[in-house]
Amino acid sequence: MLNASLKELSKQLAEKKLSSVELTSFFLQRIKTLNPDYNAFITINEEMSLAQAINADKMLAVGEGGPLTGIPIAQKDIFCAKGWLTTCGSKMLSNFISPYDAGVIERFNLAGAVNIGKTNMDEFAMGSSNETSYYGIVKNPWDTKAVPGGSSGGAACAVAARLAPAATGTDTGGSIRQPAALCGISGIKPTYGLVSRYGMIAFASSLDQAGPMAKSAEDLALLLNVMVGFDARDSTSLQRAQEDYTSSLERPLSGLRIGLPKEYFAKGMSQDVENAIDKALAEYRKLGAETVEVVLPNAPLSIPVYYVLAPAEASSNLSRFDGVRYGYRAESYSGLADMYRKSRAEGFGPEVKRRILIGTYVLSHGYYDAYYIKAQKLRRLIAQDFAEAYRQCDVIMGPTTPTVAFNLGEKSADPIQMYLSDIYTSAANLTGMPAMSIPIGFGEKNRPVGLHIIGNYFKETQLLNIANQYQRVTDWHLKSAV
Amino acid sequence: MNLSLNDVKRIADLAYIEIDENQAEATLAQLSSIFNMIETMQSVDASAIEPMSHSQSVSQRLREDIVTESDQRALFQSIAPQVQEGLYLVPQVIE
Repeated sequence: MLNASLKELSKQLAEKKLSSVELTSFFLQRIKTLNPDYNAFITINEEMSLAQAINADKMLAVGEGGPLTGIPIAQKDIFCAKGWLTTCGSKMLSNFISPYDAGVIERFNLAGAVNIGKTNMDEFAMGSSNETSYYGIVKNPWDTKAVPGGSSGGAACAVAARLAPAATGTDTGGSIRQPAALCGISGIKPTYGLVSRYGMIAFASSLDQAGPMAKSAEDLALLLNVMVGFDARDSTSLQRAQEDYTSSLERPLSGLRIGLPKEYFAKGMSQDVENAIDKALAEYRKLGAETVEVVLPNAPLSIPVYYVLAPAEASSNLSRFDGVRYGYRAESYSGLADMYRKSRAEGFGPEVKRRILIGTYVLSHGYYDAYYIKAQKLRRLIAQDFAEAYRQCDVIMGPTTPTVAFNLGEKSADPIQMYLSDIYTSAANLTGMPAMSIPIGFGEKNRPVGLHIIGNYFKETQLLNIANQYQRVTDWHLKSAV
Repeated sequence: MNLSLNDVKRIADLAYIEIDENQAEATLAQLSSIFNMIETMQSVDASAIEPMSHSQSVSQRLREDIVTESDQRALFQSIAPQVQEGLYLVPQVIE
């Protein structure tokens, strides 16, 4: 059960060799034993998980199961799940029992999947190391002195430590792909608009996108089949024909043109990461792909542009936390405005406050054009670079992160160094393009390295095909941290 | 650009986040270095470029003007900090 693929687990469930209650109990027991070491989960609710497992077994008994029926999934604590404590990693929501289900949770429930628990994360998804969580740091299962990445650090840790067969994450600037890379697992951020944002606590609405995190590309494809779909309650949800993301997993790669951006290979990447990338690219050439150099001249602007747009949207989204309708309210205050000020000062952690202040400033009178509008213009330039690059290649590859996982505490006092962890990933959020990370080996201190694969809009099926072909001939994705 | 201590206090006020003198000074140092990084944006001339707010240029969907939500007031208020007779309680604002 520990290392089985979702397909294998699904087969055993369908053939009644295993029940969902057995599978769920197995992972609940692992979480109970090992979570104190890793802190990957904020909330476990055995009773609710097992109730779902019993229901799944009933579906399976009458042959009504689908590929994910009865499979335990770790849900990032950013997704509202009815009856579950949903904290978003913040003290602000430390008492928030969600009265409703997010679109993503609804879809997993309909598929008969089991919510095995809510995973730890950077507060309001703002962070690249999981160190901003109010619920404590998460450790990297490959090396407990290292960060797991963030913001979906609990999710990445849960899969890498085999506390759950698969997990969900969200990605605003790299929050699925960066922790996936640092924890040696696979993760994909789909095209913006494919997965519903309804009930997914908002950070930066024009960049936020949910996606799956799992051991392999094949698992990701099965999860995406459940997660993707139109939702009228999300105003930017896209109406498209449903795709089967597993449909092209086996297609050979001969003739594939891989673009290697000059800027991503120029400087900043550490030697151990570069070595692993070179080997992975050599493997792709053996699989019949060719590599071509492309240019993304405005790529270095991704981080400054991101740190204008994301905080601006966050400052607006997080204004809803005022201590009136839900969430934290300060103990003592002198009047309404004082209640707002104290509740927000006490309920938000330092990184969240920092980003609210940046956002408030760039949206304030006199600065809006110089920062916010300017950043939106550069966002278009970055998107145009990618459109131009895709004339010469089918997909773009490079490192997911400049280095392997850094040590806990190493960057927590220096916001800018932390922000630069997302140097390669944030462009896919700014442009809205799909991108994924897969494990391709190990660097310094035996810590995992991820390969970043960026595709054009709606090319998820192709990305999963490209990742799966690599995973057919290599075994990095099968290596376990535990 | 140079951020002042007064700027920090003003934006904290706009954002409704209480901040004391020490925190304001520490925040000033951090925000200044972040804005220095953000300033690299100004090296590129983008005056002729249209701003991009979303990756997909889709128009806002419209729907029929009919009631779609059921009354869940009791459920929603069960998680509120303070309610009374179906109303959210806040400190008195009108004398």
